[in-house]
Amino acid sequence: MARISIDDDVRRNDAIEKASGLARYASDYFFPDMLYARMLRSKAPRGKIRKIQTPVLPYGYYFISAKDIPENGRNALHMISEDWRCFADGDVRYVGETIGLFVGPERSVLESLERNTYVEIEEEEPAISIDDAINVKGGPILEKDDVFCQLYCQKGRDMDEVFGEADKIIEETFETGFQEHVHLETNGAVITKEGEKYVLYISCQCPFYVRKSISIVIGAKDEDIVVRQSTTGGAFGGKEHFPDVLAGPLLVAEYVIGKPIKLIFDRREDMLYSVKRHPSKIWYKSAIKDGKLTGVKGKIYYNAGAYLSSSYVVLQRGVFHANGVYDIPSTYLEGFGMATNTFPSCAFRGFGAPQTLFAIEMHLTHIARRIGVDPVEFKRSMFLKKGSETVTNGHIVENVVLGSMLDDIATASDYWRKSREYGYGSGRGIGMSFYNHGGAFTGNGEQAIIKAHARLKKTGERVTIEVGSTEMGQGFQTTLRKIAAAVLEIPMENVDYPNPDTSVVPDSGPTAASRSTMIVGRLIERCAVEMKERWGEGDFSVEKEYEHPDGHPWDQSTFRGDAYLGYGWGACCVELEVDKRTNEVKVVGIWSSHDIGKAIDEKIVHGQINGGIIQSLGYASMEKMENKNGHFRQESMSDYVIPTSMDFPKQEYFLEDNPYEWGPFGAKGMGELVFNGADAAYVDALERALGVETFKIPLPSEDIEEALRKNGR
Amino acid sequence: MDAEIRFTLNGKSVIFIGNPLRRLVDVLREDFGMLGVKEGCGEGECGACSVIKDGKLVTSCIIPVGSVDGSEIMTIEGLREKEEGKCLIDAFADGGAVQCGFCIPGMVLASYVLLRSNPHPTEDEIRLAISGNICRCTGYDLIVESIMLAAKRGEELWTK
Repeated sequence: MARISIDDDVRRNDAIEKASGLARYASDYFFPDMLYARMLRSKAPRGKIRKIQTPVLPYGYYFISAKDIPENGRNALHMISEDWRCFADGDVRYVGETIGLFVGPERSVLESLERNTYVEIEEEEPAISIDDAINVKGGPILEKDDVFCQLYCQKGRDMDEVFGEADKIIEETFETGFQEHVHLETNGAVITKEGEKYVLYISCQCPFYVRKSISIVIGAKDEDIVVRQSTTGGAFGGKEHFPDVLAGPLLVAEYVIGKPIKLIFDRREDMLYSVKRHPSKIWYKSAIKDGKLTGVKGKIYYNAGAYLSSSYVVLQRGVFHANGVYDIPSTYLEGFGMATNTFPSCAFRGFGAPQTLFAIEMHLTHIARRIGVDPVEFKRSMFLKKGSETVTNGHIVENVVLGSMLDDIATASDYWRKSREYGYGSGRGIGMSFYNHGGAFTGNGEQAIIKAHARLKKTGERVTIEVGSTEMGQGFQTTLRKIAAAVLEIPMENVDYPNPDTSVVPDSGPTAASRSTMIVGRLIERCAVEMKERWGEGDFSVEKEYEHPDGHPWDQSTFRGDAYLGYGWGACCVELEVDKRTNEVKVVGIWSSHDIGKAIDEKIVHGQINGGIIQSLGYASMEKMENKNGHFRQESMSDYVIPTSMDFPKQEYFLEDNPYEWGPFGAKGMGELVFNGADAAYVDALERALGVETFKIPLPSEDIEEALRKNGR
Repeated sequence: MDAEIRFTLNGKSVIFIGNPLRRLVDVLREDFGMLGVKEGCGEGECGACSVIKDGKLVTSCIIPVGSVDGSEIMTIEGLREKEEGKCLIDAFADGGAVQCGFCIPGMVLASYVLLRSNPHPTEDEIRLAISGNICRCTGYDLIVESIMLAAKRGEELWTK
């Protein structure tokens, strides 16, 4: 076993176990006397519950609902605030809202109990779309309207002046759809008791989130609940807060019943009754003077669904990314998180940034075409650079190398020649997009909210990483082990990093916001530096707390200051051909370049780039999730289609080496960045191939037909 | 009505007594402890529950156990003990094919079926062979490359 250096090619520590079928996911946990659970859910989007009549329960079966919450408990899941109810009580607010939990030994019996339960709901008119919510359809969902949250930020001059001086004003509205995570492992958890403690084995990103969220439901202390992350088969944000919605009811059931209970969603449940990416409606109005963009006004609406959950934070990120990667002299950006009666929207890779990044890319592309400039040249002239003022009146803190990233992919794809030759409407198109992603929590959130802790423990020659951060497929267990081993100059095999258990490890914050490598990786790097110095001292632990770099103020009440202390940057190029008879699209080339500071492990990063880009292309092209009267219409993997191995060609990628001051070995976050831009490159290419303008994604073949009709083709 | 189903599971003769309409995936996981068989979609779309039935790749979530009477079934638990399985699993690990891992046992079985019939597949042939196995994490490129790697490394294994 050799010492390791950070640039070595390594094997992921979990690869053999997973490929051999030995890894244990939530559904692989079995306990003696284990019972199963099945949810009873609302079939109506909005209304009063008049009656719940279950069949007579056979011996050994239970029906758990709001009435089972003990007196010192509260019917709420504490996500960011206490708003999402554990069980619907008195009324229902979306289709799929948890009304109760059937628990018992036979799953077939549970299914029949659920099917034969009569829930009488006095239905009310629901608000489903963003427009419904703006018009307060069916009466206000909240106190006086349907606005959960709103914010604005302003940079530069007065917008009326800017528009007054403009010689051209262009106004457009874009829409993006729901997106379902489709992590291959559905949501699932098993709860049991060990002595007086409630123990959860759960597929999740954030074990400490689960603990905090559910302890209040039975009035327990956080320490009474132990969350052990089971190997997690994909998450993408879908398991950031949503596991709480399984864990809360399970905890109440466990409180009442006291036996091991397992709740695993089948795919239909996971499709219909889990959180989605926020649909958006984004309006931009731009001022152009002498061929230059002088100002942009934006109104950004996100459909939050029936509960706030993380939507305010998602919306903030959306607004803070609404200028794309461009230094626009004056901006006025407003965001609104709308309450509707759809299933609550929540985190999904990109966390609000993909919607606005898509819209601003397409908007600028359209502007460039209308003023007769190549979109890529137009955009290049406005790239942000170190010191540029951001839309929140902060500054870009790092060197931005988008220009050389553009050149790399333009050369590799032969962009300039193809762009000229294919023109508009030839059936072939090549498109390009630029994007970024702010690493870690917005503003001073890392310091003010999370205060992450991480610990390294030395036992003989072995070292254990103790953090609450999770492996969900992104490769973090390997990344972190590599950081520790490289600093300590020991073999990676000597570093352990088991799945977190909240009763053992310190809280290093959620595995979200592309913060793990940048923030937790840095903490472990600091722990390892100290441990190396003290290596001869025998067995000991080193624990470190997050320290915020000085001189980067942020005011969370006015949203002014440095929103992010470092962005990942990206450029993507997509080439495609369209069959003009069938509107079938064939992507023939994908090129990307990313600046993530430094890749801790290039193979892991390569896999993230590939996967993120394909998810983004799915979002733009085929992943259509519709909601009719509160019901999702796609309920299986045959009607909500995600990319297969045949849909997109092999990708070519570039990585910039641009070390970041405050990241471990110079690394920044990257998990979300790689999702943030391929969609716009695809749609740019598609518009060129067809010679049309489009304003929404996804764009499956049938919607391309509609776009052609609207453009009079 | 209970039925008696006899089949070979990873080289051993086994008997299942019970409802012949139970899904093969449930019987393999819960009665025989083959937890490497994963349920992803329950409708034969995603391939996570793939097993090999008489040399062919099938999705065990849409097959009733009654239909495997007299068949030879191989799951990842069987394949991982064979030289070919070890070669594939090593190549998947070295090639960076594994992320969340949930689809991977099925992918490994699909790769095995491909390389048994076509030891020198092209990229397109590999993409076709795994097109019934959905992966949400990797975008497939590194899975394809890992299968190429297994074909190259295993040379004699696949042609014997």
